[in-house]
Amino acid sequence: MTAPVIEVSHVTRRFGAVVALDDVSLAVQPGELVGMLGPNGAGKTTLLSLVNGLRKPDAGTIRLFGSDPRTPASRVRLGSTPQETGLPPTLRVAEVVDLVARHYPNPRPTKGLLEQFGLADMARRQAGGLSGGEKRRLAVVLALVGNPTLVLLDEPTTGLDVDGRHMLWGALRDYHASGGTIVLTSHYLEEVQALAERVVVIDHGHVLADDALDVVIGRVAVRRVALTLPDAADLAALRGLPGVVDVSAVGNGVNRAELLTADADALVRELVRTDTAFSDLEVRSASLEEAFLALTREVAA
Amino acid sequence: MSTAPTMSTAPTMSTLSLAVLHTRYQVLETIRIPVAVIGNMLFPALAMLFFVVPQSVVAGDPVSATAATGQLAMFAVMSTCLFSFGLGAAEDRALPFEPYLRTLPAGPVPRMIGRMFTGAVFALLGLIPLVLIAWLFTAATVTPRQALLSLLVIVGVALPFLGLGLGIGYSMSPKAAIAVVQVVLFPMAFAGGLFMPPEIFPRWLDVFSQTLPSRAGRDLLVQALTGLHASATAIPVLLGWGALFAVFAAWAYRRDEGRRFR
Repeated sequence: MTAPVIEVSHVTRRFGAVVALDDVSLAVQPGELVGMLGPNGAGKTTLLSLVNGLRKPDAGTIRLFGSDPRTPASRVRLGSTPQETGLPPTLRVAEVVDLVARHYPNPRPTKGLLEQFGLADMARRQAGGLSGGEKRRLAVVLALVGNPTLVLLDEPTTGLDVDGRHMLWGALRDYHASGGTIVLTSHYLEEVQALAERVVVIDHGHVLADDALDVVIGRVAVRRVALTLPDAADLAALRGLPGVVDVSAVGNGVNRAELLTADADALVRELVRTDTAFSDLEVRSASLEEAFLALTREVAA
Repeated sequence: MSTAPTMSTAPTMSTLSLAVLHTRYQVLETIRIPVAVIGNMLFPALAMLFFVVPQSVVAGDPVSATAATGQLAMFAVMSTCLFSFGLGAAEDRALPFEPYLRTLPAGPVPRMIGRMFTGAVFALLGLIPLVLIAWLFTAATVTPRQALLSLLVIVGVALPFLGLGLGIGYSMSPKAAIAVVQVVLFPMAFAGGLFMPPEIFPRWLDVFSQTLPSRAGRDLLVQALTGLHASATAIPVLLGWGALFAVFAAWAYRRDEGRRFR
């Protein structure tokens, strides 16, 4: 039996009156690739800061490799990224990497890592002079340089262009393939979809969903269908259509409704089959935020 | 069941090697902004040049001139401790990199030691122009033995202020820290006899002055430099404040979780 690398049990953390995490429990096993998805302010970063020992929970316990993450020894096999892009501006890139690497007994060679992330030419540049994307990549280099078995990545690709993002995803897949455990936060559904095997959805300090990627995607990948009906009385009937999780009326004087549904195709087929008189049909994918809202309501219902 | 991996026993790097590492990079970070270094070296030297050198009564008398140099040296060291540790720690904490460093497998000690050594290096650098001016333009004089002893004393008397600086730095925001440092530094320097010799103080101020760490440090340093005996209370006063400031620094560090938002 292998022990979990991260074990969070019944953790609550408040900031003044704000409850950032409310009785959260979660375990991550060795070799997992977990994506934490949630809007800004959902509690993802707070959870990471408890796991990396930066903050203490108000209630509950956190175990990192079986011990308290506040002790330095528990963090020897942990790598994490600096928050935002705050690097010491006057130090050169190679120096920042060296500073971090020397905290670990078994670091990876700086040169190879900088090459892998396209930063080899920047080694002599001061960190303050890097572009936003270069700083982001350097932050991930810092997470990996200690040769950790677990990395925590907070919004690793925010501010990266498409190429940078794909390069970074490739590097993370390599790391995972070699046996590394990854926990990453994102508010891009696409990113979590491209990388994660398991998805944890967090909002308002609660875990809303924690399941395999396809299962969670199935629940959050909702479509928004808008249509106009001749008769206001028909609006109520829409609620019974396939996969509908939410109905809201829009517009003044027109009987226009917006539906959130998990299966837009089946919904439209059903409308046609039942000969419902509708006009101005519009189908588009819902934003992540809308999907979260739907998920929250589903949980509450 | 003995096969269950004991996961928490991974060795961390030694405190000494990490302390050397942090010292090296903090010195590097500081000298890449030369103005900060020069400013630090300039203030005590200018004070010496403007306030001591023109007064021939002080500058012309070996004991007074040496004591005046000692006072300004004490001020320079106190100011470095409060500014570079107090303000420096508060500023670093506001940057995302400082909390990040706290997620690495190291306790607070190496970074603190690094900060202490870096502060010591630049505090001593700051004394060079002061000592040069005292040597060239006043009658100040020391034997090599006195100079060496004074160097040790200056490091010792700096320690309580180091604690105070760290306590301030780890308990408040940079803007609050700069105000508090200034409010603490100048009155304490004045009442401690660092700008005017305590011999000219009225009696009540002299008595009050002797309870201050700045006065105790000044007296010990002046004794090392000139042989003028410090009062018997100087060492206990300094130790008392040292213990108090050490507790303050440890308390502030422990409750700190990086930048706070309310």
